[in-house]
Amino acid sequence: MADKLDRLVHTFAALADLGQEIADTSDFHEMVRTSLHLLLGSLAVRRGAITEFDSEARVLRFIATRGLDEKEPDYIALDSQAISDLISVGLCAVKCDDDNAASRRLAEQHLAVLEANRIEILLPLVVRGKLVGLILLGEKASGEAYTPEDRDLLWAMGRHIGVGIQERRLVEELERRAAENRKLYEDMRGIYQDTVKAFAAAIDCKDKYTQGHSERVGKYSEIIAREMGWSDDAVEGIAVAGYLHDIGKLVVERDILNAPYHIDAKQSSELNRHPAAGYEILAPIHHPYADISLMARYHHERMDGAGYPEGLIGDQIPVGARIVALADSFDAMTTDRPYKKRRSLEDVVIDFRRNSGKQFAPEVVASLCRALLKEVTGETGERRILRMLGKGYVDPDRIAPLLAELIAELDSALFAKAAGNA
Amino acid sequence: MADLPTGGSVRSHCVGTTAIVYATDYLNKLTGERIERECRLQLEAGCRALVINFRDTELVNSIGVSILLGVIDAVERVGAQLIFSDVNNSTVELFEMLGLTRHVVVAANEKEAFATLAEFVPVADKLGH
Repeated sequence: MADKLDRLVHTFAALADLGQEIADTSDFHEMVRTSLHLLLGSLAVRRGAITEFDSEARVLRFIATRGLDEKEPDYIALDSQAISDLISVGLCAVKCDDDNAASRRLAEQHLAVLEANRIEILLPLVVRGKLVGLILLGEKASGEAYTPEDRDLLWAMGRHIGVGIQERRLVEELERRAAENRKLYEDMRGIYQDTVKAFAAAIDCKDKYTQGHSERVGKYSEIIAREMGWSDDAVEGIAVAGYLHDIGKLVVERDILNAPYHIDAKQSSELNRHPAAGYEILAPIHHPYADISLMARYHHERMDGAGYPEGLIGDQIPVGARIVALADSFDAMTTDRPYKKRRSLEDVVIDFRRNSGKQFAPEVVASLCRALLKEVTGETGERRILRMLGKGYVDPDRIAPLLAELIAELDSALFAKAAGNA
Repeated sequence: MADLPTGGSVRSHCVGTTAIVYATDYLNKLTGERIERECRLQLEAGCRALVINFRDTELVNSIGVSILLGVIDAVERVGAQLIFSDVNNSTVELFEMLGLTRHVVVAANEKEAFATLAEFVPVADKLGH
């Protein structure tokens, strides 16, 4: 009686330890290895193995072994009959020589492996009708036969282990799907970016005098936003807005866009429709970034309210639109147009000073100047703006002090404004 | 008495070709695997007998049993001898209940273990051949 009680306590403790191990351990192979220890130690079984069923390869892979012949195979191949035999046996410890057709057939088929390792008991791990593995056990150290109580214990432990293996599979499946989704998302993002660039090229193709303009505005906007401390996602978004800011030009007559002289009032009015038209085109699209259509709509607004299409004033203009507006003007001033040559960079900086707070947002001007100054002085090693401006255009010795002076002036004004607001 | 390198924090020493390995207070996976590793190292180093001293061991769980079965297996594979010494009563009962004592001698202490080992000396050695 006392012996039976001791046995119960020992096996109960093993079962409790197994449950805890499966619940707590994040390392799957460690969990399986410990489970095998607990399984063997609970009944003092001298050798055994836990295998995992690979349904694609139709093999049982050894994932933990103790005391087996060192020449054990890495896996046991199963045919369809063997798989259905194991499923039909279910989660039930059976002796290899049981009077059970399924287990006998299995034993006969894999006699070499089982005999070489003196395997006595097979415990198919069947979870929700699916084979997830098989436990193989040798003789007990006591030399006694497995009792019905032993088999009950094995059933309980096998259930834990089977669920542990199944859970790990589910996690792996989830991780695989998540990785697939991530890749799909990256692919779609790539396609989206390529489409945006293709649209930008199409826009610029229509206007032969502004080729490359949309792409440059996208890049300037990105540089300014990054300088302003925007997040990576937001920076990507503003770049897209820059690329697409003139998409409304697709609905403007080609003759107006390509007129090699100043256009008249009617043509100007037609041309000025393009921000609103761009909004109409972009608004129905579910962009992965916020407010792309608004940035296109308001990129010709001015801080003093003299812009179009709505004449918004100051903070009414979305920050993104203020950035695109400056990037757009900067590119217009620094590239040759049919009716005028580009201005010197010094002249552009003077224009910035004159129009900060009127046409342009001061904090945006300060950010572009800061990014440009960093490139001119070599502080960052980047040359993105300088590359777009082209060789020989920028005289670092002349432009650097102008930029530094304007930045200081704007920062001081912005600080004073913030202090006044506070 | 020559000390041999030990694995992990397991204490052991050798007397001739017999290694004495000291089990820790609670034989679980971590400490048990260290003991198993140490026993295998001693066998690889040429020891022909192992004494595992359980004087500090209060409890052996299922993992400990599995590990000791692994030691028994390793010892049998090389034809060496294995003795458990200084095992407390409840652990002896556990070993008996599970059948470990069919494969290993349990001695009251190290002295008795060495005396038992002396009886195991091959007949050829006794005859001085």
